[in-house]
Amino acid sequence: METKEAIKEKSMVIQKDMLAKLFHELSVTKETGKKVVYTFVPGNLTELILSFDMLPVYPEINALQSGMRKKSGSYIKEAEKIGFSEDVCTYVKCDIGMMLNGNIGPTGEKLPPPDLLLLSYTGCFTFMKWFENLERLYPGVPVAMLHTPYQEDGHITPDQVEYMVKQMKEDVIPKMEMVSGKKFDMERLSKMMLNSAKAEDLLVKILETAKHRPSPIDAYFAGVYYIGPIFTAFRGTEEAVEYYTELYDEVMERMKLGLGPVTPEGELKEEKFRLVVEGPPNWTNFREFWKIFYDAGAVIVASSYTKVGGVYDLGFRHDANEPLESLAKYCMGCYTNMNLPQRVNLLADYVKEYQADGFLINSIKSCNSFSAGQLMIMREIEQRMEVPVGFIESDLVDPRYFSYANIKNRLESYFQMLDQRKIIMAQEAEKII
Amino acid sequence: MNKYYLGVDLGSTTSKAVIINEQDEIIGRGITNTRANYSVAADIAKDEAVYNARFSVLKKKLEEEIKANPAFKKYINDLESVFQYEQFKVRLDKLGEELLKTCHTFFKEEETREKMLQQLRNIRRAFKPVIKHDYLYNNLGAKNQFFRDIVSEKYNEEVNKLDMALFEPLMTVWDKSISPAENQLISFDFRELIDKAMDELREKYKNLPDEVLDDTSINFDAELNLLKGNFDHVSDSLRVHIDEIAKIDFNITNMTGTGYGRALLPFPQDCIRSEILCHAFGAHAVFPETRTVLDIGGQDTKAIQVDKYGLVTSFQMNDRCAAGCGRYLGYIADEMSISLNELGPMALKAEKEVNICSTCTVFAGAELRELTNLGEKREDILGGLHKAIIMRAMSLLARSGGVFNEFTFTGGVARNPAVLKYLSQLVKENYGDKIKINIHTDSIFMGALGGAMFARRNLNINLPAGKIETVAMK
Repeated sequence: METKEAIKEKSMVIQKDMLAKLFHELSVTKETGKKVVYTFVPGNLTELILSFDMLPVYPEINALQSGMRKKSGSYIKEAEKIGFSEDVCTYVKCDIGMMLNGNIGPTGEKLPPPDLLLLSYTGCFTFMKWFENLERLYPGVPVAMLHTPYQEDGHITPDQVEYMVKQMKEDVIPKMEMVSGKKFDMERLSKMMLNSAKAEDLLVKILETAKHRPSPIDAYFAGVYYIGPIFTAFRGTEEAVEYYTELYDEVMERMKLGLGPVTPEGELKEEKFRLVVEGPPNWTNFREFWKIFYDAGAVIVASSYTKVGGVYDLGFRHDANEPLESLAKYCMGCYTNMNLPQRVNLLADYVKEYQADGFLINSIKSCNSFSAGQLMIMREIEQRMEVPVGFIESDLVDPRYFSYANIKNRLESYFQMLDQRKIIMAQEAEKII
Repeated sequence: MNKYYLGVDLGSTTSKAVIINEQDEIIGRGITNTRANYSVAADIAKDEAVYNARFSVLKKKLEEEIKANPAFKKYINDLESVFQYEQFKVRLDKLGEELLKTCHTFFKEEETREKMLQQLRNIRRAFKPVIKHDYLYNNLGAKNQFFRDIVSEKYNEEVNKLDMALFEPLMTVWDKSISPAENQLISFDFRELIDKAMDELREKYKNLPDEVLDDTSINFDAELNLLKGNFDHVSDSLRVHIDEIAKIDFNITNMTGTGYGRALLPFPQDCIRSEILCHAFGAHAVFPETRTVLDIGGQDTKAIQVDKYGLVTSFQMNDRCAAGCGRYLGYIADEMSISLNELGPMALKAEKEVNICSTCTVFAGAELRELTNLGEKREDILGGLHKAIIMRAMSLLARSGGVFNEFTFTGGVARNPAVLKYLSQLVKENYGDKIKINIHTDSIFMGALGGAMFARRNLNINLPAGKIETVAMK
């Protein structure tokens, strides 16, 4: 495939600098003495980690970065060589393979080993097994586990919040104090929450610009960049607020000018289809995958994946008045911790509010947190919203499971379904008149 | 001027073409095997559909006369068959040229070359009259439809009669020649071929025996008898009509390409549609109450849900593995050394279904050998295999949401009677007796039909005036 240089927005450049700075800081922890916490994106406790002046590392972000840099294939093979089965989550295998290969991060700098393993989200069973493996790779490193109750009944109860805060106070915070050698500072945490909420407000506004026609953003392919800082190491920082302010201005400007989303292939000139997408994207062939949508004039106006680190559009904000309680609510409120009826309701609302022409699922072979229930979700949306639905399958970072021809064939068929529907429905409407 | 629309479905195994009129009625069908050169396959299917359209126009024109005079019908049917033979003959000559060419380049030593050439001449001499006879007396049946299948079967038969030492060189020459021969596009002159066909028929009828003999090699039936002593009159009165249909220009106003190889068709982008949409639209057009469509083709199985307009609302396809599709059956037929068309009828004779895994074609082959060793009957193994295919399709149907209202089965595999048996059984078991199951004799053409129907409907929307020139096919 011929590839020209990808077009980037200014905010993307800012983000790249932010990440470069972080990975550099991580590479020199030996010299600076900064402590490192390995943790996960869903329900992360970033502000708490930062309040102890520690640095977070997100193994699944490293895995997806490896996927985008075409390194995941060899890392996965490394992990399989030492006994990980073909069926194990490919984020895990990619991450472990990377560690076995010298733990070189996305910027080419070495990542430090963990000083603390913080398992803050238990909704994904694989996360627990993942950290059990990391514990073996880094013997002696303390582990803090925060049990996150699932929203079985479709809401978060006060008991659940209390239960989580108790775990933080009795286990997580003492371990952080021990590792960092610093005393927990509630006031500092509370101040950071003000920044968190500011950035969260902006992110919601940015994602909601997709309600506009044409949408100035792609809320899936570009969306994964937009959520980067807030879902990872920067929530609660001034930098994150600056980034989202810049991004918001950029997007508002595009909307004012009636422009479509910026894609690596250039600006999308004609918005032909508006879609809601469920499930994570494929990272190994991200640009090719995006291009199939770009070529068809398909814009993703809303996606569940961009809610994996927080469904802020439902109203949740980190709260300076109750920092620990809001961290608990945040952990329990992430997308994959919602029960299936909640997810169906959310996606149905997206189809309606974002005036989508269709609903598409990218089902991930190695992600049970997302894939379980997807066929039911699809049928429910099809029946309730009466929009054409599509289903494709790929994987997160295992390049062996991305079949370009198969995916293209299914997507093209799906776009033609939408296209043909418009033609025939227009003819039917004429008949009625 | 009448307007016609063309749909071409370039599948992984066969290429189909359908021509419809303004009323969505099928007036021409063409089918051929898909080969390395897709565009040739598409053109052959399309040309066949146009020839077939001429014959159907003729039949339609003479509808009343045909009813009153059964000899007309017999004559026209025979004529179409001999017309196909005339095309076949031209292809056979091309193949002959290729075989000679290969012989010259492949056998460097003159003596060997001469020996091989002599063998080739003998083979050709032996099978040519057999094939001619099969065409003239409709003995080909449904077993062998395509040039490649017909000639390779006969060639094989002849080579097998020869010394074992000749087998390898002669088959190598064959393998190297058949593909270039079949990838050539030959343009036929309809007029010329029809005249030749009428001459052949004259010979055929002239040589008819005066009495019905016990010899079953000649298909002497009551209808044929009608022509005895009467053929001059019949052909003379039809001549003028045949002259007319030979002159018709089938103006293809718009066309749609679909199928696995659609991207390779020389069609404008707007004229390409996914086979999922086309199969569903075709099936829905023939059976308007259809809400669920199952299509089993050469390499994929699709479970499709459609709405009342025939538009797809969702679909599921096999991913990563094509076990249980048409090619799977082809592989099994090869493993059992029987023809693909014999599989279904043999499986119908099963007294029980042996449990067979359908997750991998290659493993199913191994399983088949193992079961044969264990003494299981071929019929029972095949029964199990056919059931396994349908079990796989049932899982796909469930993924797509289930079976609703009327259920229509399309694609090449719908021609297999054992597949139909297990499908009906399992659909009824899983979704109740009330589901009406539709299978049409044209099931293999549903994708091309849907394509042609889209071509008619999308004319004004997709194609700005002048973007596509009217294609006149003579």
